Amino acid sequence: MKNGINSVFSFARLGALLIKEFIQMRRDRITFAMMLGVPLMQLVLFGYAINNDPKSLPAALVAMSSDPYTRAMVSALQTTGYYRFDHVAQNAAEAEFLMARGDVAFVVTIPADFARRVERGDQPQILIEADATDPAVASGAISTLGTVANQALLRARGMQETAAEAARGQLEVVVHRRYNPEGISQYNIVPGLLGVILQMTMVMMTSIALTRETERGTMENLLAMPSSPLEIMLGKVLPYLVVGAVQVVVVLVAAKLLFGVPFTGSLSLLLAAVLVFVLALVLLGYTISTMARTQMQALQLTFFFFLPSILLSGFMFPYRGMPGWAQIFGEILPLTHFLRIIRAVMLKGADLPAVATEIGWLVVFVALFAGVALVRFRRTLD
Amino acid sequence: MNVIDVHGLVKRFGDKTVVDHVTMTVAEGEIVGFLGPNGSGKTTTIRIMCGLLTPDEGEGTVLGFDIRTDSLRIKREVGYMTQKFSFYEDLTIAENLEFVARLYGLKPLNEHVARTLEDLGLTSRKDQLAGTLSGGWKQRLALAACIMHKPRLLLLDEPTAGVDPKARREFWDEIHRLASGGLTVLVSTHYMDEAERCHRIGYISYGRMLATGTVDEVVRNAGLTTFVVQGPRLDQVAAALSGRSGVDQVAPFGATLHVVGSDKTALQAALADVEKDHKGVTVTPGETSLEDVFIQFMSGSKDNMG
Repeated sequence: MKNGINSVFSFARLGALLIKEFIQMRRDRITFAMMLGVPLMQLVLFGYAINNDPKSLPAALVAMSSDPYTRAMVSALQTTGYYRFDHVAQNAAEAEFLMARGDVAFVVTIPADFARRVERGDQPQILIEADATDPAVASGAISTLGTVANQALLRARGMQETAAEAARGQLEVVVHRRYNPEGISQYNIVPGLLGVILQMTMVMMTSIALTRETERGTMENLLAMPSSPLEIMLGKVLPYLVVGAVQVVVVLVAAKLLFGVPFTGSLSLLLAAVLVFVLALVLLGYTISTMARTQMQALQLTFFFFLPSILLSGFMFPYRGMPGWAQIFGEILPLTHFLRIIRAVMLKGADLPAVATEIGWLVVFVALFAGVALVRFRRTLD
Repeated sequence: MNVIDVHGLVKRFGDKTVVDHVTMTVAEGEIVGFLGPNGSGKTTTIRIMCGLLTPDEGEGTVLGFDIRTDSLRIKREVGYMTQKFSFYEDLTIAENLEFVARLYGLKPLNEHVARTLEDLGLTSRKDQLAGTLSGGWKQRLALAACIMHKPRLLLLDEPTAGVDPKARREFWDEIHRLASGGLTVLVSTHYMDEAERCHRIGYISYGRMLATGTVDEVVRNAGLTTFVVQGPRLDQVAAALSGRSGVDQVAPFGATLHVVGSDKTALQAALADVEKDHKGVTVTPGETSLEDVFIQFMSGSKDNMG
């Protein structure tokens, strides 16, 4: 008997499985193209499409007079960039109709006695009605409003100096929007997209790895030949590690060239984290593959996992906005930890100690998924 | 030493007993045919022997290795050809063989693959995708792949299903050539002519091994008597015979009727009556064939199950 043929692991046998897998991948042109084309398409599509801080929202103006104060107020609102007054309503009812139809997101009403009250110092008021069916749309436009309106008013009355005088000695709140001072959504979205794209393709591709063999009848043969569960697992997941590496390069280059996302941290740290993350994903997919009996089941399981990953990981909605139990749920998703790592490294320039806990979590996932997969793997057809 | 030596194998799927106390021995260099109707447990028994299924009861050895604890060693020494083509259809013939050769650690790789291709006459088609091959060529590829690592035992599960007669003939010639080199072969089949090319056969039905031995032994032990009926209007004769006591089978064979029964006296009585009633009909003693025996087994075990 040849030396080493009885061992649990042999590089020659792993090599056989890897070569086979790469040949199959090469022959399956459409899947291969999808693995490289889809990430790029998704990145461009979502990268340009998603914006958490929408500007230039359609607004209707209901102005009863056209005095200098009213005009100053309107132009101040326009300068914030949030309001685009493309409707002028004659009365409140017309404005109401515009909002109900969804033509405008805001109705700004400046009452007729606005100028008079300003001059009398009689607490002038303006009314801004926001369509808050989508809270995110209205929030940015409303948050800046108080300061902007007051400053505009003072400027119009030529009282800037007096105001500055009065403010001295009062409490001043200094806000620094760090790491993304301009609040550009893409800085947040694009690194996150890398995680989402990897999650999507890696888990899906590997989840059908074993079921495909079973459905085509080749599993019986594979099991009848001398290949160990470890070799079969590595033979299935390692090729996708390579695919994942290509996707990472594509997305990172595009992030830089197309979206100008700053990269302040260490590239090698990020790549190390990506490697652990992708390993966790392919092993998760493989684990699904050991449970599902058909490719259809495998894909369904993948989607059961995919949706919470997108919604609860902090990719789309703020993690801290979720109730405690949902945050705990979020913690058991690899994507949650990866998003923290990639955002920290790319935007904040975090170093290893800063992200060590999160990377540790990913390592735990790798060990867990690999363990479950090896236990679940059916070495016989029982 | 017997190459296969298993006894009391039981395998249940749910509450269905698929293999029911099967005992079997196969000596080195033997070609043993494994016969039985569809769903009788042939595939399950073969899978137990090559370590793909664990039996619920029973034990035994294959090539001296315990089927329960040493299935990995068995896998390396056995060539198993599955009923359904189970190589990669999106790989070429050569790539499939290279894959198998690497898994078994055969060196030098190219030499093994080239020689196997040559031996089986596949060289000219080596770059063809396996999925585009016809049934006969797929079967050749599968055989090539499972004998490349020089196994000591070949387990073939209905290898000639869907293969034309010429390819079947060539396949069996190949099996005999391999067996003369010392290889032991267990082959399951439906075909009677294939059963007759085996040194010994085993007949399994509803998971039970009903008969084993050489073809002659199986026929003799079945204890059947066969008569050949000749004459005009045999369809009426057949109608008159079937259902009578002593007559178990009435089957037309060309211009004759084969009448088979296990109770010779009752059968003769029935035939004497019919001979009297139908003019010009003659009855002569015939030879019981393997097929007659199997039909008898099949109807018999159905009764048991009913």
